[in-house]
Amino acid sequence: MTALQAKRLDTVGMLVSLLTLGLAIAWAFPICWSLFATATPAPGASLLSVLENYRQVIFETSLGRWYINSIVTSGGVTLIVLAISSACGYAISQINFTGRTVLWFMILASFMIPVQALIVNHFFLIYQLGLLNTWLGVILPQLIAPISVIVYKGFFDNVPDEYREAAQIDGARHWQIFLGIYLPMNWGITVALGIIVFIGAWNAFLWPFLAVTKPELMNVTVGATESWSGEVSELITAVMVALPVAVLYLLFQRKVTDAISFSTGIKG
Amino acid sequence: MARKGQPIDNRSALPLVAPFVLVYGAMFIYPTVLMVAMSLTNSSLTVAGEWVGWDNYAKLLTDKRFGVAISNTLLFVLLTVVPGTLVGLGLAMLVNRLSGVWRSVALATFFLPYILPVSSVTTMVYLLTYPGAPLGNIYQRGGQAVSLWYNISTFIPAVAILTIWWTVGFTVLIFLAGLRTLPRELYDAARIDGANRLTTFTAITWPLIWPVTALVVTLQTIMQFKVFDQVFLLALSGRVDPTMVLVQYVYTVAFQRNQAGYGSAVAVGLYVVVMVLSVLQWQATRLRSAR
Repeated sequence: MTALQAKRLDTVGMLVSLLTLGLAIAWAFPICWSLFATATPAPGASLLSVLENYRQVIFETSLGRWYINSIVTSGGVTLIVLAISSACGYAISQINFTGRTVLWFMILASFMIPVQALIVNHFFLIYQLGLLNTWLGVILPQLIAPISVIVYKGFFDNVPDEYREAAQIDGARHWQIFLGIYLPMNWGITVALGIIVFIGAWNAFLWPFLAVTKPELMNVTVGATESWSGEVSELITAVMVALPVAVLYLLFQRKVTDAISFSTGIKG
Repeated sequence: MARKGQPIDNRSALPLVAPFVLVYGAMFIYPTVLMVAMSLTNSSLTVAGEWVGWDNYAKLLTDKRFGVAISNTLLFVLLTVVPGTLVGLGLAMLVNRLSGVWRSVALATFFLPYILPVSSVTTMVYLLTYPGAPLGNIYQRGGQAVSLWYNISTFIPAVAILTIWWTVGFTVLIFLAGLRTLPRELYDAARIDGANRLTTFTAITWPLIWPVTALVVTLQTIMQFKVFDQVFLLALSGRVDPTMVLVQYVYTVAFQRNQAGYGSAVAVGLYVVVMVLSVLQWQATRLRSAR
């Protein structure tokens, strides 16, 4: 490579790096602008007024109440989804039972269920059960998670059969092997799936919006859209609604991206 | 598929499989059957109605608003899927050049919006594009800045751009995984042959990444067909009818007009489209992994 070529390459590389930087700034702009707008005191006001604005939104609105609803329903969805899909994934992976193939193909076929199409009938059903305006009513329709079963089965398939066989010779039952060996061996995927299921449930809008009409029972994503309280308060609310999932993502970036890759089948 | 040489053991399997199957049956299979059954009745949201046969479907064929909802949804799918995929590939290639900390920072920047809740995202962008705000003067009429969300012709394109910004991180992630699998030797060979960047892209990257592109396009199409949240939240301020999308029409018919039977018929249409796309997608991935 001649010096001239190397120099040209360098210039192009620099330009591409600059382009990347520019796009990154553009991508971050709406979020940074919102954060900045909430942190700028009104003209003439002191810096303390910023804290006062945040304090008002956090303590003098229903935000705290909505947070509790979101934490309970998203936490409930996460725990139940992980429990039922890991058990089902283990059974399909390790046990021979009647209807196993049929069940597996039904799960595969429902890979991308259009839950949005079922809202009318979910509402009808939850109404008949008397569960509108309850935490359980918000949780139930969010529990269909075929993808988690698919991911778990994939991971359990990769555990060498000798582990199960050795435990069986020692007299262990399948549920003991599942809880004692297979689940602990794949702790990482449980954490990763748990994080993205929680983020998904926290961000869910349509069903929590339909299932709850009482303001005190709303999830934070729904409650935040219910009233207009002025630009700064709105932005502070938007920041507070996003905060838990943003922090969760920034702390567990690798887990989140891994879990999403596993769920789309491009990895694992 | 069957585990060879292993006896059938229903007693061990039952307690492990039953909870999932119960939930799956009660919250997916049963509502699906209910959807089809209700679409043949004049049910309300809370009371089962009378059998009306194919009436709802006949009505659907002549329903102007349903037609508008379909064309808006198709426009939205077109405006998000194709540009979103290209932007995703472009950003993935830019991120892929980087390494170490810069790679993580760049990926996180493009990915962060994807994990934010829709209500936060719409509030932020709505206020950012409000006349007087930094991006408030994009659309003007008669020398006066008009909010993109108050104007029918800019509404769907603006929601599409918002959606690309919001969800492209997902696409970038898939493309990055795909780019990692491309053989290095081909690029080395191309460089030795003196190929420029454009040739390298059209002759190596694009054809080799094509299966991933196909996956992204199908996943995106399925995802964007089901659009509701951002369209609904941003349209709250104005007229809803001209910018209505399919899921929103299901909502309007069933929840605002209390015609759950007719709403179910609209939902059946949506359901069939999405399921067909899912099956196609699944077949495509199977073909890809079989190769």
